[in-house]
Amino acid sequence: MRHGAGQQLRFNLTVLAVVSVAYLVLASFVANSYYQLILTLVPVWALFGVSWNILSGYGGQLSFGHASFFGIGAYTVTLAVVYWSLSPWIGIPLGMILGGLAAVLIGLPTFRLRGHYFALSMLAYPLAILYVLQYLGFQEVSMPMHRDHPAAFMEFAEPRVYTLIAVLLLVAGVVVSLLIENSRFGLALLAIRQNELAAEAAGINARLWKMRALVVSGMMAAVAGGFYARILLVVTPDSVFGMLVSAQAVVVTLFGGVASVWGPVIGAAILVPLAETLQAELGTYLPGIQGVVYGVAIIGVMLLSPDGLFWTIRDRWFGQKAPEPIPDSTASAVPVRPASAHSGAPLLKVESLSRAFGGLKAVSEVSFSIGEGEILGIIGPNGAGKTTLFNVLNGVLSADEGSARLDGVEMLGKKTFAVCRMGVGRTFQVVRSFPRLPLLDNVMVGAYGAGLSDRDAIASAARALIQVGLQHQSGVVAAQLTNKQLRLMELARALAGHPRLLLLDEALAGLGREECDDVLHVLAQLRQQGMTICIIEHTMHAMMRLADRFVVLDHGRVLATGLPRAVVEDHAVIEAYLGKKWLARQDA
Amino acid sequence: MDLEILIENVLNAVTAGITIGCIYGLMCIGLGLIFGVMRIVNFAQGELLMLGMFASYYLVTGGRVLSFLGPYWGPFIGAICAAPIVFAGGAILHRFLISRVSGLRTAGSLDEGHFGQLIVTLGISLILQNGGQIVFGSTPVAVRTPLSAEAFLIGPIYRGATVFLNKAKLIAFFVAILVAIVLYLTLEYTRLGKALRAAADNPTAATYMGIDVDRAYRIAFGLGSAITAVAGGLMATYISFGPFVGFDYVIIMYSGVVLGGMGSILGAFWGGLTVGFVQQFSALILPPQLQNATIFVVFLMIVLLRPQGLFGRSAERA
Repeated sequence: MRHGAGQQLRFNLTVLAVVSVAYLVLASFVANSYYQLILTLVPVWALFGVSWNILSGYGGQLSFGHASFFGIGAYTVTLAVVYWSLSPWIGIPLGMILGGLAAVLIGLPTFRLRGHYFALSMLAYPLAILYVLQYLGFQEVSMPMHRDHPAAFMEFAEPRVYTLIAVLLLVAGVVVSLLIENSRFGLALLAIRQNELAAEAAGINARLWKMRALVVSGMMAAVAGGFYARILLVVTPDSVFGMLVSAQAVVVTLFGGVASVWGPVIGAAILVPLAETLQAELGTYLPGIQGVVYGVAIIGVMLLSPDGLFWTIRDRWFGQKAPEPIPDSTASAVPVRPASAHSGAPLLKVESLSRAFGGLKAVSEVSFSIGEGEILGIIGPNGAGKTTLFNVLNGVLSADEGSARLDGVEMLGKKTFAVCRMGVGRTFQVVRSFPRLPLLDNVMVGAYGAGLSDRDAIASAARALIQVGLQHQSGVVAAQLTNKQLRLMELARALAGHPRLLLLDEALAGLGREECDDVLHVLAQLRQQGMTICIIEHTMHAMMRLADRFVVLDHGRVLATGLPRAVVEDHAVIEAYLGKKWLARQDA
Repeated sequence: MDLEILIENVLNAVTAGITIGCIYGLMCIGLGLIFGVMRIVNFAQGELLMLGMFASYYLVTGGRVLSFLGPYWGPFIGAICAAPIVFAGGAILHRFLISRVSGLRTAGSLDEGHFGQLIVTLGISLILQNGGQIVFGSTPVAVRTPLSAEAFLIGPIYRGATVFLNKAKLIAFFVAILVAIVLYLTLEYTRLGKALRAAADNPTAATYMGIDVDRAYRIAFGLGSAITAVAGGLMATYISFGPFVGFDYVIIMYSGVVLGGMGSILGAFWGGLTVGFVQQFSALILPPQLQNATIFVVFLMIVLLRPQGLFGRSAERA
């Protein structure tokens, strides 16, 4: 459970209980069986939307093919009744399992893709299944009735019972979604959506969390599909695997509010009755009016309130309450790692590391080491390969050759999140924040990334915030922080995972002189606590004060190493920075 | 005997693959142009194809505006005439919808506005598809030309093995190649082409150089729509279609464009050609219902084996 989540969860659950009871009471007064059917369909599509929202809303992995799972659920339930006389009571859980399996099979290859490619590939799966089903002769399968044991086969004369079941299924789905939203699972997904690389560098195994999200989502979608088949009694490939089905999940969620569990519920409650009624009233004159309404709805929402109704309403009428700043005492709950003595033994040993981009040797045969508790400054002109060196070290890029050992353990060849878990924290040249998350959650990502328990993670994040002096801003969303605060936030995020080594990429870039001094002060304190730091920086006066030793890179090669004073007087270094002429004039 | 049939089938698959493939190639260029210049994946491209088909249909068969050209010339001139109509439609779509979620407006935002673009084009696709059902009705129609039922015969090449060249497809093939060449030359050698390429390469820098990037994007979107529409008009001479036809072809377009390297216009053409070939050859061994499934499988394989596509632009700067 995340900080402050318990209270929020209780509130949401209360709302959920009130809304579903009210809905059922309302439904019990509706006698017309067509309107009752609409009332049953609302929670079904809402559930489907909730399932889509887990992957695509929280996780940002846009899927245009959620009909795959919906259809698998629907066909499983139908075929189970037809061929094995298996009740939907068993068929729906069975469909859920198959939906989960399908999610694994689809996710394994497809998560290699990102952005556009992921969205487009997801589209292809339900359509491929659709054609295969048509080929196999399942154009239209209707569910036989079992008059002898109606209840055992989920057959009820009273249509209100279906509404009840649909609402119960939706409630289960919303609860699962709320639990995800308020746990490390949800935070990992939100972080991945907002900045996948930053999440990886903070120790989040993005691939794994995305996969988990897809599996949960696929199972939930299959349940919605299975129950849908039960109430409509007939399935066709188009009605459960078709494009309009996938679109439905996208539409209700975006309309209602993406990345909030209430979004799909609100969206379905408005759009489903609207589209169904229009279809019934005008369908004969205007076939396809439903699709037009959906199209207009999502375009309208995208242009007017891009995050959906829920967020717009909340931001306009219910001022966002910033969570309470965390009490300082939280921080003391975590045991502080004893400051390691300046043993001088090398913590990181890099040997003849090389990385080329085509013909350009960005990093070439670079060797250096960093002692425990040391601050090593990496300097060099633009394009010297400094950032590339960091990217290779923390697994963003692969190395062509060479080795880098952290305390004797090879770092190269590991994924970015795994390098982080070895104890290597990293900040970026251009700050990579999670702009819509509060500061505390930004830092929590780092703590969760290190695999800490909920309690330790909060304590650790709180301590990291105190270390950088941001404890009073913990409730502010990252988008509202100043550049200095963002730099410190990134530092805190790295610290929250208890790193042994910090890689800081231009931590002072874009800061004014005073701001610079503030950050340097924080770094100096970290040094006193025994932190080992490797820092890239251009500001020489700052580096002269901070670093114990310099490594100078030029054109990907190590030009010089040594004490700051010696390095800045080295002729080769001066030449690299200021050119031969300048040097000649000095000597003259 | 068996060899004879095999040779006949393979030869016919080759010729059909080339003719249909080139028409697919033209269709893919439209999508490729939009992606290449604007970095937008247009979900509604299939519906633009559909609009091209219907534009040609109403000009030639339905509205009979072009019926004076006769059943031989009319359908192909109709296909060309679909271009300005759909160009205007595309430009209007861009002006009022697409431009609000793309271009300089979203450059540098959370995900460069991809989310919004996919959603808006999905919305356009839904409206055009279903609105098409209201306006055009759902009964399949076709642009009538006697050419679609006639064929040139080549051979017999080996004993009885003969190659059949459908006349409608053959002429459509030539028109497609012609249009593709004209477009290529325009993009390569004219001022407009340079402006489009500059806007594609670096919109911000292009703006500083005095290029109206918004206008360049509008032209690119209109042009991309028009090219696909011409391909639609050409296809309308040999297939029957309804408002939902775009769906059968949108994946072909994605496959072609991804295969050819998203962003490359020539690549999109070769990609489309390849997909046409694969489709025709799969007909040799697979039942017709599975032909469309093959394309999806090919599409998935292309995307999965080349996660970054056959081009770069995936490397993220850290």
